[in-house]
Amino acid sequence: MVILKDVKMTYPGTRKEVLRDIDLTIEDGEFVFLVGPSGSGKTTIIKLLTGEIRATGGQLSVNGFDLRRIRRRNLPRLRRTLGVIFQDFRLIADKTVYENVAFAMRVVGATNREIRKRVPYVLELVGLTGCEDRLPRELSGGEQQRVAVARALVNSPHMIIADEPTGNLDPAKSLEIMMLLRKINELGTTVLVVTHEKELVNALSKRVVALSDGCLISDGMDGYYGYEIQ
Amino acid sequence: MRFNRFFYLVKEGLRGVFSHGFRSFASVMIIIACLLIMGSFSLVSLNVDSAIRDLEEESEILAFVDETLTQEEARSLETYVRNTPNVRDTVFVTREEAMESYKGQYEDDSIFEDIDASVFRNRYVIYLNDITLTEMTKEDLKAIPGIADVVAYERIAEGFVTVRNVVSAVTVVLIVILLVVSLAIMANTIKLATFTRREEIAVMKMVGAGNGFIRLPFVVEGLVLGLLGGGIAFLLEWGIYDVLCQKVMEFPLAGNLFTPVAFSAIMGPMLAIYLGVGFAVGAFGGALAIRNYLKV
Repeated sequence: MVILKDVKMTYPGTRKEVLRDIDLTIEDGEFVFLVGPSGSGKTTIIKLLTGEIRATGGQLSVNGFDLRRIRRRNLPRLRRTLGVIFQDFRLIADKTVYENVAFAMRVVGATNREIRKRVPYVLELVGLTGCEDRLPRELSGGEQQRVAVARALVNSPHMIIADEPTGNLDPAKSLEIMMLLRKINELGTTVLVVTHEKELVNALSKRVVALSDGCLISDGMDGYYGYEIQ
Repeated sequence: MRFNRFFYLVKEGLRGVFSHGFRSFASVMIIIACLLIMGSFSLVSLNVDSAIRDLEEESEILAFVDETLTQEEARSLETYVRNTPNVRDTVFVTREEAMESYKGQYEDDSIFEDIDASVFRNRYVIYLNDITLTEMTKEDLKAIPGIADVVAYERIAEGFVTVRNVVSAVTVVLIVILLVVSLAIMANTIKLATFTRREEIAVMKMVGAGNGFIRLPFVVEGLVLGLLGGGIAFLLEWGIYDVLCQKVMEFPLAGNLFTPVAFSAIMGPMLAIYLGVGFAVGAFGGALAIRNYLKV
């Protein structure tokens, strides 16, 4: 569960408030799109949720962690409750598909037996069975993003945060990834997707939270269209 | 940390050594260069120190016995002389022996042919444990009844001590400087290596890896490179030192003036130091290099 209450953010060395009094609650099991133009504060919210930066004001809680007070040494524990997917995939280039996914399990101290059992299951879930021994450079963009989804999913996180997950993909592959995220959400995982893709947002008919110039300007089920007419 | 996790991280570190071949090679070469410079300077200092110690051991003081004592009475003082603190060894020299020695220095000069032994005094040639205590020992010897005078070359002794202290101080300072330089170069090399892996580290952080989990493979990589560099530098130093010693001893009279310290005599400590420095520089350099990337 994510709770943001009057969250403010100003980057050190700057005066501009990039987030202003953001109030947002995401319940467990929800699927939420976070939309808005460039510079509206979407990425800042993602960075706040993953503990990369600290809010300058307000209250912020993610999966039970108070991010205004969390100690640096507890950040790994917070991040293990999250699965993060990036626009540029961020796979480890010299590890195979299997190793990239298994790596996330090693981080949390899983045994070899657990890894051998879980990784093939997750790879099957994202449709990558048979690609275990391939390196990221041998995969298409869509396949690489599937590996990233598998990596985010493998530790059964409470929540998946996807930052422009389809930004580098063609429309068909983008839809595939969105369907995959929806499938994951249907299995009970909270999903937060940051995106610009109007068609995808409207196609899924999920909750849409819109930001503009650091302010939350709409929150509803009306799709991207609803955001645009504000 | 569970064993299989630890084993995995060590394996990752070893993989890093081989998967980044050129960077590993560059790191090892830098460690070798730094250790060779440091080791060569230490060996030069060690030999200078050894040569000065040899000279110190040969330096002597003379204790003259009162002229009124007979030779037997003079000899009976040996126990007192020998038991004086800081005396390592002593040799009793009679008047006649002193005269012969004196005349021996002027073999070609007939003026000393008729010299009488009575003008010389019975004496003790004394060798000291610590020449820095010459003045004190001189006073102790003077206090022995029957010893009329003591002649010591304190200034020469002080000169030896000063030279040795200066060499030791310069050695320590240079070794510390070279160690810091080695560490900086090593850390920079690993930093360059880790720069290209910063994305990988960022991914590790994002999936919830703790600092220890991220750091260990880099430390293992640094350790392996450090030990490898230390081992190779040791073997090179050994070979270079032996060849140089042979060349130096080929110079005329070199053997009379100087005996180099045998490498076999210092092999154990040298190996320990080389591997120890390689170990420390590698591990510390590895940990230091990724410090900045762990703050995400």
